[in-house]
Amino acid sequence: MSDEKTQPIGPGPGEEPTVPLAGAAGDTFAAETPDTGTSAARSPGAKPSTGRSPSAKPAADKAVVDESPAAEISDTAAAEAGSAGSGDPAAAERSEPDADAPSDGVRKRISGAGALIGVLLVLLGFTLAVQLKSNSADEGYNSLREEDLYVILADLDSRADRLRQDIAELEATRRELNSGASSREQVLKEAQERADDIGILAGTLKAQGTGITLRLSDGSGPITANHLLNAVQELRGAGAEAIQIDGNGGSVRVIASTHFVDVGGGGIEVDGVRLTGPYTVTAIGPEDLDKAMEFRGGVVDDVRGDGGNVIVSDPHPVDITAVRGTPNLEYAKPVS
Amino acid sequence: MIAVLALIAGVVLGVVLNPTVPDALQPYLPIAVVAALDAVFGGVRAKLDGIFDDKQFVISFISNVLVAGFIVYLGDKLGVGVQLSTGVVVVLGVRIFGNVAAIRRRLFKA
Repeated sequence: MSDEKTQPIGPGPGEEPTVPLAGAAGDTFAAETPDTGTSAARSPGAKPSTGRSPSAKPAADKAVVDESPAAEISDTAAAEAGSAGSGDPAAAERSEPDADAPSDGVRKRISGAGALIGVLLVLLGFTLAVQLKSNSADEGYNSLREEDLYVILADLDSRADRLRQDIAELEATRRELNSGASSREQVLKEAQERADDIGILAGTLKAQGTGITLRLSDGSGPITANHLLNAVQELRGAGAEAIQIDGNGGSVRVIASTHFVDVGGGGIEVDGVRLTGPYTVTAIGPEDLDKAMEFRGGVVDDVRGDGGNVIVSDPHPVDITAVRGTPNLEYAKPVS
Repeated sequence: MIAVLALIAGVVLGVVLNPTVPDALQPYLPIAVVAALDAVFGGVRAKLDGIFDDKQFVISFISNVLVAGFIVYLGDKLGVGVQLSTGVVVVLGVRIFGNVAAIRRRLFKA
């Protein structure tokens, strides 16, 4: 600043003004204008401050109080001087509270070392926020050192290897399951066919195929249960796969448990269904089924011998339409 | 008061500007922050004890940051970066705890 100001201080600081500067320093917050420093101002200010500060603390406050009007100018000047000598800002700020000049005080309060501290703290806050942010964003990889990264890389490599292995295993399993699915389909198909066959044999499904019909009617003698039983047995013996008996009163599918009972007053009860003649027996079986009926002692012989009439058709496509309900097995369980 | 405002202003700036940390600084920044925190807690404690000194604070702040950064740098060069920075963090952490304990005793008498 001006030489005039510094000069009064110059001598002053030597003994008196310097004292207030140093003494106030204890508590006060920073306040100085950093821009004001001139080389001229600095040199006088800086020297005294460094030299005096330790020595003259207690005296300082009093001196300030006494001098307050006069000191103001010198203080400001000293402050500038102190600030200019960046090494020792403290001395300058201390002068401020002593001065007590409101306008100057306010302005100075936000300057000097305080400003420096403010800047540092702004920096700290800034860095803190940035660091927190980058850390959360990068999962910490940023702050890791090379060797850590190597370890992580190796970890990742081995994990990738394991995962590749897993993939290969899973693909193999998938292939297996796929082929398994096709074989499962095959099994299902076979099972269905088997169930169909059994259904036909058990009388739960309708059937069609090449077969014959026997038409039995009363002649000089009646058709009895015996005749029907013989006929069924002959047909089975010849390889018939599905047999149905029709008569007046209904149709009955012949199954393993079929039974025949003569009913008094004419007619035959087949599995509880009463039929009266003429009876038609339809059977699906081998092509020579009709010939099997005409063996000596066979169905035809048997019926005709007892006075009945029997007509055997040639093999032709026949339908068997009567079905039985699926039995509910209550006691017997399949083995395995 | 000013200090708190400055700190808040810094945080706000950091959040608003959202800069990316240059690669070269990345290992040092966390340590520097911890070191600065140590200085700040020391300053608060000194303030409460009535022996706060601006010059001392500024110098300790800067030197803390520089020394911490230098130690990390040296550790990196020596190949013990991780251990050394861990050591720095531990030491600073102990100091911070000590300062906080002093502050606590002064404020709450407990």
